[in-house]
Amino acid sequence: MNFSEVFKHSNQLCKISPDGKYLATCVQYRLVVRDLNTLQILHLYTCLDQIQHVEWSSDSLFILCALYKRGLVQVWSLEQPDWHCKIDEGSAGLVSSRWSPDGRHILNTTEFHLRVTVWSLCTKSVSYIKYPKACQQGIDFTKDGRYMALAERRDCKDYVSVFVCRDWQLLRHFETETQDLAGLEWAPNGCVLAVLDSCLEYKVLLYSLDGRLLSTYSAYEWSLGIKSLVWSHSSQFLAIGSYDEKVRILNHITWKKITEFEHPAVISNSKVVVYKEVEKHPVVGNEDLSFHHTLSMGNSLFSTQSKYEICPLPVQIPVVKPDPDRANPKIGIACMAFSSDNRYLATKNDSMPNNVWIWDMQKLRLFVVLQQVAAVRGFQWDPRRPRLAVCTGSSKVFLWSPAGCVSVQVPVEGNFQVLTLSWHSSGNSLVLLSKEHLCLCYMEEQEDS
Amino acid sequence: MGDWRTVMPESSLGSADASLSSSRPAMSPLGLDIPSSIQCSLLSKHSYNILGAFCTEDNVAQCISYVNQELSSLGFAALCSDSNGKRDLSLVTVLNVMYELLQLHRRGLRSLEDMETEQLKSSSDLDHLHVSNSRLKDQLEQLRRENTALHERERQMQLKIKSLQNCLKNDKEEIQKLQNIIASRATQYNHDMKRKEREYTKLKERLHQLLMDKKDKKLAIEVLNYVGRSDGKRSLWKTGKTEARNEGEMYKTLLSDYECRQKDLMGENAELKKVLQQMKKEMMSILSPKKLNLKEKVEDSLEQALSDNDEEGGDHSREVLELSCEHAREQLTNSIRQQWRRLKNHVEQLDNQASLVQKGAQIDKDVIAREIHEEEMEKLKLEIQQCKDFIKNQQQLWQQQLTCPCDDETAALLHDCYLLEEKERLKEEWDLFDEQRRNFEKERRNFTEAAIRLGNERKVFEDDRATWLKQQFLNITPFADRKRPQTSKSQSALSVSTETELWNGHTPAQLTKSVSHTGGTPKSATSKMPSTVELYRTLRLIPDPSSSRTLPKKGSWQDSNIIHTSEVLNKSRHSTGSDDNSIYSLAGDENTPN
Repeated sequence: MNFSEVFKHSNQLCKISPDGKYLATCVQYRLVVRDLNTLQILHLYTCLDQIQHVEWSSDSLFILCALYKRGLVQVWSLEQPDWHCKIDEGSAGLVSSRWSPDGRHILNTTEFHLRVTVWSLCTKSVSYIKYPKACQQGIDFTKDGRYMALAERRDCKDYVSVFVCRDWQLLRHFETETQDLAGLEWAPNGCVLAVLDSCLEYKVLLYSLDGRLLSTYSAYEWSLGIKSLVWSHSSQFLAIGSYDEKVRILNHITWKKITEFEHPAVISNSKVVVYKEVEKHPVVGNEDLSFHHTLSMGNSLFSTQSKYEICPLPVQIPVVKPDPDRANPKIGIACMAFSSDNRYLATKNDSMPNNVWIWDMQKLRLFVVLQQVAAVRGFQWDPRRPRLAVCTGSSKVFLWSPAGCVSVQVPVEGNFQVLTLSWHSSGNSLVLLSKEHLCLCYMEEQEDS
Repeated sequence: MGDWRTVMPESSLGSADASLSSSRPAMSPLGLDIPSSIQCSLLSKHSYNILGAFCTEDNVAQCISYVNQELSSLGFAALCSDSNGKRDLSLVTVLNVMYELLQLHRRGLRSLEDMETEQLKSSSDLDHLHVSNSRLKDQLEQLRRENTALHERERQMQLKIKSLQNCLKNDKEEIQKLQNIIASRATQYNHDMKRKEREYTKLKERLHQLLMDKKDKKLAIEVLNYVGRSDGKRSLWKTGKTEARNEGEMYKTLLSDYECRQKDLMGENAELKKVLQQMKKEMMSILSPKKLNLKEKVEDSLEQALSDNDEEGGDHSREVLELSCEHAREQLTNSIRQQWRRLKNHVEQLDNQASLVQKGAQIDKDVIAREIHEEEMEKLKLEIQQCKDFIKNQQQLWQQQLTCPCDDETAALLHDCYLLEEKERLKEEWDLFDEQRRNFEKERRNFTEAAIRLGNERKVFEDDRATWLKQQFLNITPFADRKRPQTSKSQSALSVSTETELWNGHTPAQLTKSVSHTGGTPKSATSKMPSTVELYRTLRLIPDPSSSRTLPKKGSWQDSNIIHTSEVLNKSRHSTGSDDNSIYSLAGDENTPN
């Protein structure tokens, strides 16, 4: 495993292009585009103010930089470096900006969710969508980019509008049976839309593309409900994580619950493997202080090393009691992800912040638990292989695959605390982001086979 | 008799008053008028001289008659018989009466005693009863007290219950009230929310209107030149046609999705059907031979009918399977169910039979086993005997052959045989030898090549050293004297290392030596760092060309060495993560995906 040099970035803004050839990073008001293979700077664009959001167009030809404070969006072309485009939302303000799937339209959400403005780069035309709902995920595109679902609020009722992305024509408009719609998400096959109610109520509604209500699911009443929702890549499973620290899996035929994954505080099932990260501080004896040794140790002399150990069962998992007086209590399943082959589901329970749970979706049972020293900041599956990368805000990257578990020290001068990570689409490299720096981590080539 | 006793003490008191005399006639039922004086005299003249005896010499007759009278009145036999008018005192009767009287007296005493003991007993009983009575009374009292206490407590409890019930009722009411309050607040809140949301939407609307009306100058898009659509087509006007087309496309995608899903389900169904069919077939094949065996059984006829039916059904269902599922389902499931029932029955029967047979078989088995044993033993013994004979024959034949040099033909044949074998062996050895020779040759060639390369390298090195020495010489330092042995040392180390490179690291001893050398040099020159750094630089000058040439032959140790030096000199961040990695892998079935 090799590591690249360290580059600067700001605001955690660092995106790999969808075709996997370029790397866009932002440093204050500058946008730097690098070739991902050589890490040479290809283009350097200067924006009018500090960049707050960056997004590649789907064809990797354009980059969108949003300057929310100024209400501005600047678009740069990779093919024609002197081409530029500037969109000013004016006094309406700007809170969110994103590409449409065709990469020729930009959707801007104005302040107070007054409207969604659709700007076309082809015709300079502009169209408005009124009444967008202010919620976590109010807009979602199907994976093939043909349809867009938008949550709306009119007359104190929730509606969903389905648009055709090609010409922004309204295809369907229907009312949903929700108290306070909190989010919507298309199934990867683009035929089913999952709509979830606010966390005060456990309610998932499944609509067909043509607006028919397929099914409604509610596991319980009164207490806090759904915290997260994710589709499997095959659209076969819908995983719902909730505040009761359980994940419920719905099937795609009857839309009924197949199984329920609990996150117990004590693991005693002998079929589960618990990997525990163990930190060891390097002991430096006098005999070790030879010239070469100290030099090779270098930076790692003062940092702790860590490795994984397999815990004998039963294992007690530390649980953090949430504060009952605070809103958004730190309990329940907030993070879930299916592996690329749909074989595994990784989850994280907020009341057990140091653990990642990996479930076997074939046998529908708990498979592996990773117990870290620090709280897990994020995890992401390799887009090609069943391999999970985990970061905990320490200077290490953790990788899990069915064969075992590895912890890798990032060999960088100074303190490089990995806060977020993202895989390259080929699964051969990994972008690691600390607060101000980023570095690329290359996987060994032999593992490809 | 008691009278007499009572009389005695009174008379002994010596008071000859009238009462006594008056009492006497009352006591004597016959009312004998015996003057008291006589009586007194009688008493006084008695052997107890104190009061005078009853009978004296004078009044014997009177006494006799008196006694007689008394006795007869008491039912005794008369003392004297009045035969021929003369009274005779018969001694026998007197004695008898006396005896009887004595007897009576004794009996009286005994009964008295008895009575007394009885009385004692009863009095003690009485005492005991008294005590127990009092005790029971106490107990009763206590119980009564307890009872009242309990009653009291019960009353208190009841009171408490009542109060608690009141509390509960109050609480319930409170809850109801609170619930009502909550509900009303919720409705109020919802109402307010709605109102506010309406206001908010109104505001939004107004704001939107204002923004639109203002003709916001800022609201604009600046594009250098327009971009073509990603699909290369021109955008279309929005018309009813496009709408219809969109609808159509939507339904198409939906339809394709459903078709896909249906195909999957069909496939799955077909698979399941296949499994079902196979199971059925197997069941039938299992059950069919059984029918023949169980012909005698009573239920057989019934089963036969069933199975016939099934066979028909089986053929039928095969056709039906191709038809729609709905028609087939019932038949299929029915037939499967029947088969299953039969299988179950069969298995149960088998179980029963097995248990029966086992008992019988155990006895049979023993007998048979013994017989078989013996037979087998016999057979084996025979076989052994045969073998022995055979061996003996062979030995004899061998000896015959060895002793007499047989005819030439056979001898030549044998000889040929040996020769052939020998030849073959020789050929093999020859091949081996050839191969070895080839290897040797190859190695020699390698060696010569290596030697040539070494010569070249040495030459290059020599040149470099010359240039370096020249350089050193030019900028003379005060440490020049000390440096010279170091360079020579390093040179030797390097030469060794290059040699090892060439020989693919076949000399581990030398290798370690070289490492120790390089490790040692900085120690000796720690005080003068710049010179060692320079030394390293010069050292790096030489491996560069050599390494480029020997790149394919790079050994693993050398690789690590290079990285070390590069770390030392360049502090490059490219490093193998192998030092930091600690890999755990489970060699179990559980972790390897099957």
